[in-house]
Amino acid sequence: MKVIADLAAQLPGATVEQQGNTFLVAVPKEKLHDAASMLRHNSKLQFDYLNDIIGLDNGDTLGVIYVLVATQFSAYTIRLKTETDDRENPEIDTVVDLWDSADLYEREVYDFFGIRFVNNPDMRRLFLRQDWVGYPLRKDYDADPELNPIPHEAEDLDKMEDLPSLEIDLNGARLEKHRQLFEKEDYVVNFGPQHPSTHGALHLRIALEGEIVKKVDPNFGYIHRGIEKMCEADTYPQILHLIDRMDYLSATIHRHGFCLAVEKGLQLETPERAHYIRTIIDELTRIASHLLGWGCMCNDMGAITAFIYGMRDREKIMDIFEQTCGGRLMANYSVIGGVMADIHPDFQKKVRAFVPYMRKMLKEHHILFTGNPIARGRMEGVGYLSKEKAISLGATGPTGRASGWSNDVRKIAPYAAYRHAEFAEMLRTDGLTFDRYVIRLDEIEESLKIIEQLVDNIPGGAYAAKTKAIIKLPEGEFHQRVEGSHGEFDVYINSRGEKYPYRVKFRSPCMTLVNTLKHIAVGTKVADLIMLGGSLDYVIPCIDR
Amino acid sequence: MFDFSIVTAWIDHFLRTYLDEGWALLVEFVLVGLVILTVYAVLALLLIYIERKICAFFQCRIGPNRVGPWGVFQSVADMVKILLKEIIKIDRADPLLFRIASFLVIIASICTFGAIPFDPALHAVNFNMGVFYLLAVSSLGVIGILLAGWSSNNKYTMIGAMRSGAQLISYELSCGLSLMSIVVLAGSMQLSEIVNQQAEMWFIFKGHIPACIAFLIYLIAGHAETNRGPFDLPEAESELTAGYHTEYSGIQFGFFYLAEYLNMFIIAAIASTMFLGGWMPLHIVGWEAFNGVMDMIPPVVWFFGKTFFCVFLALWIRWSFPRLRIDQLLSLEWKVLMPLALINILFMALCVM
Repeated sequence: MKVIADLAAQLPGATVEQQGNTFLVAVPKEKLHDAASMLRHNSKLQFDYLNDIIGLDNGDTLGVIYVLVATQFSAYTIRLKTETDDRENPEIDTVVDLWDSADLYEREVYDFFGIRFVNNPDMRRLFLRQDWVGYPLRKDYDADPELNPIPHEAEDLDKMEDLPSLEIDLNGARLEKHRQLFEKEDYVVNFGPQHPSTHGALHLRIALEGEIVKKVDPNFGYIHRGIEKMCEADTYPQILHLIDRMDYLSATIHRHGFCLAVEKGLQLETPERAHYIRTIIDELTRIASHLLGWGCMCNDMGAITAFIYGMRDREKIMDIFEQTCGGRLMANYSVIGGVMADIHPDFQKKVRAFVPYMRKMLKEHHILFTGNPIARGRMEGVGYLSKEKAISLGATGPTGRASGWSNDVRKIAPYAAYRHAEFAEMLRTDGLTFDRYVIRLDEIEESLKIIEQLVDNIPGGAYAAKTKAIIKLPEGEFHQRVEGSHGEFDVYINSRGEKYPYRVKFRSPCMTLVNTLKHIAVGTKVADLIMLGGSLDYVIPCIDR
Repeated sequence: MFDFSIVTAWIDHFLRTYLDEGWALLVEFVLVGLVILTVYAVLALLLIYIERKICAFFQCRIGPNRVGPWGVFQSVADMVKILLKEIIKIDRADPLLFRIASFLVIIASICTFGAIPFDPALHAVNFNMGVFYLLAVSSLGVIGILLAGWSSNNKYTMIGAMRSGAQLISYELSCGLSLMSIVVLAGSMQLSEIVNQQAEMWFIFKGHIPACIAFLIYLIAGHAETNRGPFDLPEAESELTAGYHTEYSGIQFGFFYLAEYLNMFIIAAIASTMFLGGWMPLHIVGWEAFNGVMDMIPPVVWFFGKTFFCVFLALWIRWSFPRLRIDQLLSLEWKVLMPLALINILFMALCVM
């Protein structure tokens, strides 16, 4: 704690403020790169994990917040803030050279706020078409359909492959550069947006040399719905329904995270019963998501039977959800202050019956696939992701844990009822495809343990706290981290004291996973690329928020 | 026990009483061709239904159950649908090669199908170098696949075709070598002769360990020849959407589909002919009563029983295993199966001597 405070105080031109485990550090934009590189490379405590980059329109200025975590003390975060008052040509130094994950984050901020990151070699838009007019998340954005009519033609591939960048060299000379993504002789194949194995509308452009992958370029935005923009015009209870529709596989967990952030802002005391119920539902969701991830990965490798087995067991969880929540995929269960309705009288009985069933089926899954010589031959020795690379890429969740990065938010900053349950954080060290595969099955086992401990001890009392009819968050910034099934999901709410949030940002765990694919797939075969995609287990609506 | 030779002899006699010998033969050729085509199509429908039911059984599902009792007419309905579908013209595809490709694949498959001995009397093409003919004709299919991939003007089909070329040509080697070890044992290449030699004992028992090894190699290599999982790299649904036949539609796609199923049947049929005695009943030397009972079962039933057993093995493998990668596939062939098959022939020769 003191180390961080000391470090923050040493940053050039910084003003430091502490809020609980969070240090708010503001630096002028000229000093940003120096401050960031000091935090990244110093002798005491390296902030090696760039959690997220949040763009912000403050009205007269455009701001950027860098959420930094040192993996040695994962519970503490530094929010490095900077802003520029030039709204016409906002420019901020890039941090791509410090963190690999900054690549896509900076493109996202450029796409929505128009801030160009100096020296970032790839300043294409991330979600929108390259010919889009305006920057949608700015407050003065003109949503006139005349400006951006519905296009009738596919996006020009030449434009998608042209990487514009603004570079300032050591002498201070400004260079507007254009690079080409692929070389002329490259055999470029489109994987997606319509493809059986891209797990949604992901578009990968791949340069191949025979069967070997030379370069991967992910394109997003095919199902982008502008949820963050929609949130700015919705009340807090309305926003809840949008969150379910981002990562539909860990919908309840993400919704839980948003509820916790709002409850933090309202300083609302949530009943213990609600905490227990939410935790059990979260873990059931995690099992369902991992089962589907497991099945999809097996399907990507050509074993269709395994996929059906995963779906069959997932169905049991969906039935439990249907009974208690009303919804299946979109459970719509957590609300601000608690849960939507009390659990069904059969809930505990069914969950208790599910736990031994799932244990039995896990054994079957291991027999069917884990021990299979072809499967082992395919997975072992492929797709190595080192711990340092995983941290630098921000590959959270099971992917990071398979590389030995202890990043489980349930352990780092326990929320809800996790502090009442004993469970182990699954860690593996090899960082290979097989580790990413097997860690999901191991996590199912741990989730079963959590459920087993909690389901018999659900305390009595109210299932939700009373809230006002109109929920207004006090002025300020609220932040909550939760462990989604694919990785760390973060909610950032910037409130100006109204019933609508001023700015909401969700950290998509899947976006960094696709970025990871880009790095680890180079040099593998086409078949491995698909398998690696399965082993990272991303969900595209989570990226295309 | 029903004997098909009564029917065929009667037809022959009937035709010859009314026609010259040349005309009678011509009519017989046409009839044989028609029967083979019909059996080919009906078997394909049957196999599709069987595969869907067995696959459903492996996956804890019910499978087709709506069209007819237990869904038996599902594949008929699918056939009607595929016949009615539009054949889409592909932009900038090579029209001639694109059309020819699907015919090449199915012609190769039908030609092989004709050489299979279903019954002592139901054996259309009975050359004295039948095994050679089987290998030669069945390998023509790869030309069709390569052409399909090349002419479609699509990168997925191109990758699929290249994979398929590498895979089929490699696996043909160990396929042929494992059959050669049986030829060494039988001393003949004529299929009817090979089946007749198995009257007392099937070759898989007669040939001791080398025959068992050859049978295993043949099952693996033959399965790879059919382009079905875990060797379905040329199609690789999750990687290349549908591989070399991505761009085909309607009945042209149907041809590939039919050929795929029938190739599975043909491989199983050759396996049962060469190793499991073809239409020969199971005989054990010295057990006269047992042999008598076995003889009661018609040869056609024996043939189809053994063949469908091999088909079931293929389906079992297909629905349990994940797909191999191209380098693993080729190293399995060139580093394991082919050397093993070569050594196996040597052993077989020693055994025979």
